[in-house]
Amino acid sequence: MHSNGGVLLKVEGIALAFGGVKALADVSFDIRKGEVRAIIGPNGAGKSSMLNVINGFYRPHAGSITYKGRTVRHMRPHQAAKAGIARTFQNIALFKGMTTLDNIMTGRLLKMRGNFLLDALYVGPARREETAHRAVVEQIIDFLEIQAIRKVPVGRLPYGLQKRVELGRALAAEPDLLLLDEPMAGMNFEEKEDMSRFILDVNEEFGTTIALIEHDMGVVMDISSRIVVLDYGRKIADGTPDEVRRDQAVIDAYLGVAHDGGKGA
Amino acid sequence: MLYREVGQFRTSYAADQAIFPIRQDRFGMLALLLVAYIAVPLMANEYWLSTIFVPFFVFSLAALGLNILTGYAGQLSLGTGGFMAVGAFTAYKLATAFPGLNIVLVFVAAGIVTALVGLLFGIPSLRIKGFYLAVATLAAQFFLIWLFVKVAWFQNYSPSGVITAPPRAVFGHFFVTGPEALPAYKYWFTLTFAAVLALAAKNMVRGATGRKWMAIRDMDIAAEIIGIRPLSTKLLAFAVSSFYIGIAGALWAFIYTASVEALAFDIDRSFQILFMIIIGGLGSILGSFLGAAFIILLPIFLNNLPDQLGLHVGVALVTNLQDIIYGALIVSFLIAEPNGLAALWRIGKEKLRLWPFPH
Ligand SMILES: Nc1ncnc2c1ncn2[C@@H]1O[C@H](COP(=O)(O)OP(=O)(O)OP(=O)(O)O)[C@@H](O)[C@H]1O
Ligand SMILES: [Mg+2]
Repeated sequence: MHSNGGVLLKVEGIALAFGGVKALADVSFDIRKGEVRAIIGPNGAGKSSMLNVINGFYRPHAGSITYKGRTVRHMRPHQAAKAGIARTFQNIALFKGMTTLDNIMTGRLLKMRGNFLLDALYVGPARREETAHRAVVEQIIDFLEIQAIRKVPVGRLPYGLQKRVELGRALAAEPDLLLLDEPMAGMNFEEKEDMSRFILDVNEEFGTTIALIEHDMGVVMDISSRIVVLDYGRKIADGTPDEVRRDQAVIDAYLGVAHDGGKGA
Repeated sequence: MLYREVGQFRTSYAADQAIFPIRQDRFGMLALLLVAYIAVPLMANEYWLSTIFVPFFVFSLAALGLNILTGYAGQLSLGTGGFMAVGAFTAYKLATAFPGLNIVLVFVAAGIVTALVGLLFGIPSLRIKGFYLAVATLAAQFFLIWLFVKVAWFQNYSPSGVITAPPRAVFGHFFVTGPEALPAYKYWFTLTFAAVLALAAKNMVRGATGRKWMAIRDMDIAAEIIGIRPLSTKLLAFAVSSFYIGIAGALWAFIYTASVEALAFDIDRSFQILFMIIIGGLGSILGSFLGAAFIILLPIFLNNLPDQLGLHVGVALVTNLQDIIYGALIVSFLIAEPNGLAALWRIGKEKLRLWPFPH
């Protein structure tokens, strides 16, 4: 983890509500270039909502997002994608009818310059472009060790492999900031180990900054440089794994103690 | 030669991306084209050329167009007939207003006008989906047919509302419309449109364009998050789809029937083409052709069946029975293979690739 100190993303005073439910309230934190930043918290704490705010899927009711030095209230999802933010979803959002290869190729669409007429003729530029991007995608396929399922429609793949393909699609965009929402949920021990290794490799080899939501504390403590803890939409702690582990508010939140006090607020 | 990939190592991504990566498939395609261009016109009689092959190509093009929109981009449309009418009437207006204009250009222009109309009717697709979008396209269907029936200008004020294709030739003297047109010329003309446009469609759907469409179809939210813009992607699907359907409509009016009225493109036509892609296979180029063949040939087959069996039944009964059998066949087929004829073909090929070993 070679965080070099510069701040890549900073969220300040983010608030978001669904009807009466306050999903996020006055949440602020930053993500430094090159680090693996974990977001943890009990179910319903607002972790996924936070990622959705960062990549423009939800529009916060208050607060600001500063990404690469530019401050906005909200980016539209395709603007976030253009700016180098890629993500995976808690409930897997792959294109089920398409093959592994095609799914990962979609991750390169923003880098492709062609148009439908060139595609229809499949002449010079279209063909060259397709081949060049295919080569990058094949590297990702090799990296994730999913060569054997290249041409399989992803709807037919088991859950663990789908999670891997989804990571591949995000990587194909060569993002600066990669948001991972529970990439190891529902995996067995070995699959989790593989996934942890992929995440660390991406971070170390490509220098990709990663924001990670994960419930498995062992994994979180192992691979993240700093951790934000959310509970009932509020930030209750922020620091290194060691600091967070010893934090009384965190211990209470996970033991369910703080909830009684928190509800009145 | 066995049907195998073995020994045909694709050493580059370019080779793996080829349209038919397996050599036998390439030969098969070449053979098919030779048969289509040479053997069929030599052997088939006028009846087969004019009433089976020409409509088969026309329907295949319309099905291809609808499949791009519905099968690939996931936008259900019931306006196919209406868009065919746009193609037919545009071609008619252009051909009669500019008698010197090459007939191929007339058809391409008709396709482009239909694409623009399709674009317009595709705008609601950003806000409405599935069933509701289908209803919106249904409105387009009824509006367009009403327009071509009611506004006499579109029919050049013909009292019957029927438009008749003026005589036109390709390469100077090969007439494809009018009294001097030969069935073989009509056949080659429609075949060429179908072949060229099918190749273009195949190229689009296996490239970046097709991946955008399918991404929107499978999960539009995720598509947006990887940077695909839903509106422009859907509108492109509407435009390209309508281009194909418009050309199919023009071919129908000029080459297949030679004279036609707007009601030939009513809602029944839309459903007929929707059946074709459902039976042939949604999201499959080959399926569009298989579905068209099935829907065209089945009634002819059922028509002749009583005679073949030596049965003598009344005409009214035959028509009723036909409808019943037709419906029953479609329903039972869909239960047996919901992914259509193209899926049967693919499964067959996968089996063949491994044959004679079961695994
Ligand atoms: N689209 C939505 N509509 C309504 N309520 C929502 C929506 N998304 C999230 N919420 C609510 O916001 C709160 C925070 O949800 P969120 O999904 O962010 O939690 P989380 O921390 O990711 O939980 P989990 O660990 O279960 O994934 C919850 O009360 C949830 O019900
Ligand atoms: Mg969540």
